[in-house]
Amino acid sequence: MSRLTRPLIFILLIIIISIWINIPNSPGINFLGINRTFETRLGLDLVGGVQALLEADLPADTPISAEAMSTARRIVENRVNGLGVTEAVVQQAGDRRIVVELPGETDPEKALSTLRQTGLLEFVDMSSISAEEALALVGTKIRTDIPLGTETVTESVTSTLTSQVFPTVMTGSALKTVQVTRSQIGEYEVAFELNSDAAKTFADFTSRNIGNILAIVLDKEVISVPRINSAITDGQGVITGNFTQESANSLAIQLRYGSLPIPLKVVEVRTIGPSLGQDSLQKSLEAGLIGFAIVILFMAIYYRLPGVLADVSILIYALIAFAVFRFIPVTLTLPGIAGFLLSTGSALDANILIFERMKEELRSGRTLNQAMDLGWQRAWSSIRDSNIATLITCGILFWFGSTYGATLVKGFSLTLAIGVVISLFTAIVVTRTSLGLVLGYFKPTNLARWFGL
Amino acid sequence: MINIIGKRYIFFALSLLIIIPGLIILAIRGVPMAIDFTGGSLLEFKFENGALPPPAEIVSLYKELGIEDIQAQTTGEGTIIARSSFLDEQGRTRVINALENKFGSTATVLRFDSVGPTIGQEVASRAALAVLVAALVVIGFITFAFRGIQNAFRYGICAIIAMFHDVLIVISLTVFGAILAGWQVDALFLTALLTVIGFSVQDKIVVFDRIRENSNVYRRLDFETLVNHSIIQTLQRSINTQLMTVEFMLLALALFGGVTLREFALILLVGLLSGTYSSIFIAAPILVVWQKREWRKWFRRSEAGASA
Repeated sequence: MSRLTRPLIFILLIIIISIWINIPNSPGINFLGINRTFETRLGLDLVGGVQALLEADLPADTPISAEAMSTARRIVENRVNGLGVTEAVVQQAGDRRIVVELPGETDPEKALSTLRQTGLLEFVDMSSISAEEALALVGTKIRTDIPLGTETVTESVTSTLTSQVFPTVMTGSALKTVQVTRSQIGEYEVAFELNSDAAKTFADFTSRNIGNILAIVLDKEVISVPRINSAITDGQGVITGNFTQESANSLAIQLRYGSLPIPLKVVEVRTIGPSLGQDSLQKSLEAGLIGFAIVILFMAIYYRLPGVLADVSILIYALIAFAVFRFIPVTLTLPGIAGFLLSTGSALDANILIFERMKEELRSGRTLNQAMDLGWQRAWSSIRDSNIATLITCGILFWFGSTYGATLVKGFSLTLAIGVVISLFTAIVVTRTSLGLVLGYFKPTNLARWFGL
Repeated sequence: MINIIGKRYIFFALSLLIIIPGLIILAIRGVPMAIDFTGGSLLEFKFENGALPPPAEIVSLYKELGIEDIQAQTTGEGTIIARSSFLDEQGRTRVINALENKFGSTATVLRFDSVGPTIGQEVASRAALAVLVAALVVIGFITFAFRGIQNAFRYGICAIIAMFHDVLIVISLTVFGAILAGWQVDALFLTALLTVIGFSVQDKIVVFDRIRENSNVYRRLDFETLVNHSIIQTLQRSINTQLMTVEFMLLALALFGGVTLREFALILLVGLLSGTYSSIFIAAPILVVWQKREWRKWFRRSEAGASA
């Protein structure tokens, strides 16, 4: 018995953690430095929404720097966040594409026009308010005297500060160069140079407004509120502040690429209405439950005692897999659910391989314990090799899916692979431990009845 | 004991009987490719008042708007699917407005997919590449996993031949599905196909693993008997895993899983069945054919026939 104690404790621990993660409105994990809450993420095809694939609008042989792509991704992400869609996903796919997923969004036209708009960078005169008031505006949207496309900001106005119209001194087109430098005492700064026209305007403005705030505003959102310390007459200035290297870089990027660093075009749009998604989710869940029930019955009838134990381990398997999906988190799509159902097939396959092997050993006259050990040992090589082959295919599918922004393919391969790995654990550890445990208390003499020989 | 290997040519013929007609139809008619690969737009909608106009009227409405390559069909669930050349967002709005005007009811969009033409072609060619890469990696892996026994490389090749057999069976099925049920080759088809490939190899390895084990135990046995013996030993597992578990699961998906998953589940159903079939009746027998170099006998037999 003692050799079963440790795996048993381990299994129970995993079950408890999985249940903790799986309960609806899970309180999350908040110890050992982990602070997480958990929820089931459903893909676009199940909740409805808009998926768009953006591609760099440059000739195919033009090299595109990774930095430019990731900057473009960040800018797109900022704009998407402006749409107010929860759980929006913006991911780079391959070298020149960006996938945007907007769950719950039903108006693709509005979404796409927001994505495609050019960002507007402004330097805004905030001499009318105090430095504290200006600081409080960082991250909020304001109104300036340059209109931004068709979008109106008035809807979100809540205070007098945000309803005030601030005068714009100049726009991002005035900037010639922007770079991150370090001051003599080693602090990070953002240095900029203006083109000659703007230099004059800027010289006038700064000499009149020493001590006042000149806010940097991107797409009407205040991103930084530097104070004018001295008149900048030569068109070259530095922005100082408590910058880290990262925050200085990020400000420099926003100044440099107020608009997208590379032109993007929409090459693919998929819109799924919410009712179709609901319907698919419900039907596939029903189908899954029916399939599951039949399989569980079959295992119990055909393999008797070990079959029932395999059923228990399959349920544990489902519990763990679901917890892993919530933990990572994996976005569940329709093919993803199918992948999960198929991997239960794999999980059972491992059990069936072992049981068939056990039966053979029992038939050739070995004792129950010998048959159990040999069954596991001899089935292991085929279980291992066959599952490695499946994992290889999953890997290739995943690569294929992520390069082309085919999230469905990606979701399928990911859930299948996770399922295969967990199935190995449940077949090898869970079924074996529980069978050993049962046989420790109960020695069946009628093998035909209990093992279906 | 059942002699499976002895009847190998019957099984080869049976498979060809399914594959060849499929390939002939494929060569003549081709198989309809979905917009995932050709580029274009798919609009699925329904009218709030439940109107279900004949597809021809939808087609003519699209034509009036100057949109090309239109195919329209009604589904069993009261929705209409219209496929056409690439539409942007303005195009979609124009179509919806025109539909609402003509049929006097609000149209609800259930699904709107638009794929640019270049990306479609790229996906198709990369998919073929993905299959080839998968095949090569798997041959490499099997050769490595079976390195302990003679001619390990053959096992990899036989697994891949059988895998292509499964791919061809799936293609045949799709060709028939295209004729009978209007199936199209789309991204989900591709996912199903790649899964069939993965599971096909998994199945072959289980059978080969038994041959690997037995060839160490029964060193004196001739190869044909050895392979036959190994197949029989794994037969129960193949039937139970494939028919009873995986196939039940897929059958449930195909029957109750809704339209979106039906084609996907059916392809997987047939593909995985073929995967099990081909491990027993194709992959292992080819190993025997290879071991005995039977292709030399094919010619000799025909010569003997000619002289007799």
